[in-house]
Amino acid sequence: MVACRAIGILGRFSAFRILRSRGYICRNFTESSALLTRTHINYGVKGDVAVIRINSPNSKVNTLNKELHSEFIEVMNEIWASDQIRSAVLISSKPGCFIAGADINMLAACKTPQEVTQISQEAQRTFEKLEKSTKPVVAILQSHGDTLAVSCQYRIATKDRKTVLGTPEVLLGILPGAGGTQRLPKMVGVPAAFDMMLTGRNIRADRAKKMGLVDQLVEPLGPGLKPPEERTIEYLEEVAITFAKGLADKKISPKRDKGLVEKLTAYAMTIPFVRQQVYKKVEEKVRKQTKGLYPAPLKIIDVVKTGIEQGSDAGYLSESQKFGELAMTKESKALMGLYHGQVLCKKNKFGAPQKDVKHLAILGAGLMGAGIAQVSVDKGLKTLLKDATLTGLGRGQQQVFKGLNDKVKKKALTSFERDSIFSNLTGQLDYQGFEKADMVIEAVFEDLSLKHRVLKEVEAVIPDHCVFASNTSALPISEIAAVSKRPEKVIGMHYFSPVDKMQLLEIITTEKTSKDTSASAVAVGLKQGKVIIVVKDGPGFYTTRCLAPMMSEVIRILQEGVDPKKLDSLTTSFGFPVGAATLVDEVGVDVAKHVAEDLGKAFGERFGGGNPELLTQMVSKGFLGRKSGKGFYIYQEGVKNKNLNSDMDSILASLKIPPKSEVSSDEDIQFRLVTSFVNEAVMCLQEGILATPAEGDIGAVFGLGFPPCLGGPFCFVDLYGAQKLVDRLKKYEAAYGKQFTPCQLLADHANSPNKKFYQ
Amino acid sequence: WHHSVQTKTKKTLAKPNIRNIVVVDGVRTPFLLSGTSYKDLMPHDVARAALTGLLHRTSVPKEVVDYIIFGTVIQEVKTSNVAREAALGAGFSDKTPAHTVTMACISANQAMTTGVGLIASGQCDVVVAGGVELMSDIPIRHSRKMRKLMLDLNKAKSVGQRLSVISKFRLNFLAPELPAVAEFSTSETMGHSADRLAAAFAVSRLEQDEYALRSHSLAKKAQDEGLLSDVVPFKVPGKDTVTKDNGIRPSSLEQMAKLKPAFIRPYGTVTAANSSFLTDGASAMLIMAEEKALAMGYKPKAYLRDFMYVSQDPKDQLLLGPTYATPKVLEKAGLTMNDIDAFEFHEAFSGQILANFKAMDSDWFAQNYMGRKTKIGLPPLEKFNNWGGSLSLGHPFGATGCRLVMAAANRLRKEGGQYGLVAACAAGGQGHAMIVEAYPK
Repeated sequence: MVACRAIGILGRFSAFRILRSRGYICRNFTESSALLTRTHINYGVKGDVAVIRINSPNSKVNTLNKELHSEFIEVMNEIWASDQIRSAVLISSKPGCFIAGADINMLAACKTPQEVTQISQEAQRTFEKLEKSTKPVVAILQSHGDTLAVSCQYRIATKDRKTVLGTPEVLLGILPGAGGTQRLPKMVGVPAAFDMMLTGRNIRADRAKKMGLVDQLVEPLGPGLKPPEERTIEYLEEVAITFAKGLADKKISPKRDKGLVEKLTAYAMTIPFVRQQVYKKVEEKVRKQTKGLYPAPLKIIDVVKTGIEQGSDAGYLSESQKFGELAMTKESKALMGLYHGQVLCKKNKFGAPQKDVKHLAILGAGLMGAGIAQVSVDKGLKTLLKDATLTGLGRGQQQVFKGLNDKVKKKALTSFERDSIFSNLTGQLDYQGFEKADMVIEAVFEDLSLKHRVLKEVEAVIPDHCVFASNTSALPISEIAAVSKRPEKVIGMHYFSPVDKMQLLEIITTEKTSKDTSASAVAVGLKQGKVIIVVKDGPGFYTTRCLAPMMSEVIRILQEGVDPKKLDSLTTSFGFPVGAATLVDEVGVDVAKHVAEDLGKAFGERFGGGNPELLTQMVSKGFLGRKSGKGFYIYQEGVKNKNLNSDMDSILASLKIPPKSEVSSDEDIQFRLVTSFVNEAVMCLQEGILATPAEGDIGAVFGLGFPPCLGGPFCFVDLYGAQKLVDRLKKYEAAYGKQFTPCQLLADHANSPNKKFYQ
Repeated sequence: WHHSVQTKTKKTLAKPNIRNIVVVDGVRTPFLLSGTSYKDLMPHDVARAALTGLLHRTSVPKEVVDYIIFGTVIQEVKTSNVAREAALGAGFSDKTPAHTVTMACISANQAMTTGVGLIASGQCDVVVAGGVELMSDIPIRHSRKMRKLMLDLNKAKSVGQRLSVISKFRLNFLAPELPAVAEFSTSETMGHSADRLAAAFAVSRLEQDEYALRSHSLAKKAQDEGLLSDVVPFKVPGKDTVTKDNGIRPSSLEQMAKLKPAFIRPYGTVTAANSSFLTDGASAMLIMAEEKALAMGYKPKAYLRDFMYVSQDPKDQLLLGPTYATPKVLEKAGLTMNDIDAFEFHEAFSGQILANFKAMDSDWFAQNYMGRKTKIGLPPLEKFNNWGGSLSLGHPFGATGCRLVMAAANRLRKEGGQYGLVAACAAGGQGHAMIVEAYPK
């Protein structure tokens, strides 16, 4: 019976989302600068309680680097040796931050797995000592930092939305290397520990309390006799001291009352058969979702298993060794590269704009317009949403409301907060209030003459300082700006659908766009929570341009008789989150056709390949993809497994071309897609469309779903080798011609092996 | 010390060309712990007791009353305009209109100031203002789903339709909905907020217990000495006549220290002993234009002078109303803290009163949150809630405002002072303060 119950718990793993690029983020890792000796930690004694304060100088957060580590050992030794001290409280002096995980620069500096293993073992030893401390240690958590806190006897966390706990190591292709894999299963149970470590998901304070990850929650205080943040830290300290004393006096037990389900799970996990089933299930799930492209999750399972089955000594050893191995993998380097890139793309390189955007106006309440409105109103921007029809406007307003209401259902917002956020949105059919707008973002239909019309209408009503941003995926901004009276205020802001989920924003500047206009656009994007790349104007900018040759190749591959399902599985097994054929359906066949035609005109033969007639015929039959219910697949409400659209057979048959056997192996098909993408990305850098390779990688991964495990096209060239890629391109060039001619910059990299995009 | 000897900034707060408004008298039923003698009554029954008490005390001819206003918070849905139901039953003229107001713990204050407005603008000469709360019975509702099902069932015509509605029934529809003493906007209970407020101002558990003990001791003394003259006896049908408040229970600090925190467990500081308790009770007051009162031969007790409503953040400053309202109302009246002889502040929680004290005594708070250059300063404790407060006398949400004003008026008469200051906090982050001026003897 109990065993059945425990297996039932496996259902929880259905929530797993491992490194799906859309939700892909890494938060907790931070860099630190060089530091002086014994400057990170100090402590004072209050009665018989030592209060240890962690405060790394010149840094917004504390990171677990070597200096901090050794100072921590010194301090703890003093505390253990003192007769006066009976317990301790551990707190960060930085408001809203504990210890933000391991220092990834420290890991990156290591040359061999052994070095990394050694770092891990040192940390393990310290934390084990902390865990076994006879004097109770109470940790105060204000935001992140499980590694250290999990080893303490008691944890107190602030209860607010900023407090998120978790083990995000997996998102960087590594594992919690300081004993976390061994302690977490004991603390929260094996299934929950797997869930945390394999997904790297954020856990909010109240959930953490339920799981047993923290023992007490303290709500932040409001204003009193000093600033709220300052008093809250003081209060946390006061509360922690009473608990530290209580623990030392044995008046409080660090053991938590477990619920019935938890007890049953714990009991079930003592049965070897059940445990084996759990491992098996989790492994299956991970294999299915990672497609073997990410080594970290499997190693995490392995390490946890070793600890449970062979005892903690073996577990710790295995953890440190696997940690060392993982830190050296290409995948981990790619993911850490993305982390660095993401940090870079969260900064405004144009500086602060002269005038903050407070009033935003959006034209067009379609999917994009309403999506942009949604991510704006919840950041406090007063937003006007204008549409041409009441029906269109109503649909858009409902989209914004639904987006907010879904957050209420997930308890990320209260219904009151939803209402108050929603009141930032004003829906309208006219230009009333545009005279106050600091920025207008147009998201009308992708049609140049329409965009010209709205630009002229808007310019007649907006104030002089107002920025006009165009949300377009392919129309050159300079062409849109051609009819503007003030082209220096015109800029492109290319959002990705669905706007509230996709993190990327591609900002496009023309020759005439002023620096302040760019600064304004980036500032708004950052406020909306976006990761931003800034590119030069040109057909397709960067993202659409990279996708176009790949899409053209998709058409050719389909024409050559590869089944869309097979094509999808080939692309997803390469690491793309969405299969290539499905992607066309998702984007919309009409949009794809539009883009293919526009870019085809601009780039000519190089963007040839598949016959665009395929898309034309699909559009004429109404197969527009998901939005029309039919594309390559048939989409039905509530039906999960989509079926192929059999009406496509005749279209595909009429356009069939014979496959070339020398370039039609599964691997070749994958590489035809990827190399055409990568080649175009490198060409964008070569032509100056892209300013940096990092932006190219971030744009490809966050906007187009380029496999995160490859780190983006530029990281991929570095890790895979430019020469090998050029060789492949040449092979395909021989078969198909110009579309695969390697660009000059890629050829240069192939010719001099020392040349890397990332040094 | 004789504070009344001190020269006042102003001799009176009368303003040229504005009608003087006086309190002829005010009464209240004994305030009882909810679930005791009033538990089988309905709110309008208790309100009626206050109204008949007022009629009896003032002998006002019912036909001269122009208007009746009552405050209440948790409404009985059957008597949503409780002022009208109570007035009709109390024998007031059915020609006298009545309405009910709600503004959380300052509902009765709102009833009084609405009356002041009606008189000042010349619309009325005689107004009865009061408030009522019956926490012994609160409207516990069916869940929304169940309500919807019952309403749908009402509309269903055929047997088939009815069966189809009934088939939608699920057991969880039966889970009831209870009204909570919580902020709608933040979902935080008031006690929880009070505990956080006390922590923000570093008010200790001991300070809170000491203050609560003071409140109970002073109330007991006032009760024993017969100073609570606004209380009128209430013959509860089927029960003995209730003559005094039953929540006054002076304990000892040792006893109080044993209590566990009531809201923030296990480390909070607000307990049952240092909070006001759920209370049943009603109050009523006769307000008139001065010339009308004199013409009718009354000797009024006090003038109602300047008043002020304030509001602030309902999350972190929920209970700081008195701090914000006090300096504003003093400035408006042209008075200083020294001019006030009797302070009557609503005591929701010891922690709330003490946090307000600390805020009023802090330049930092005044500068950073109130936009003032300096603090207003502490009310002297010897002039503060000398006859007990909401912590000990009880706090029927809708009725407390009138009790505060009558306590101030009666204290000024008894202690010989001229100006009283009434202040209160309320849910929603709102607050109120009013100056009461003694009527010359």
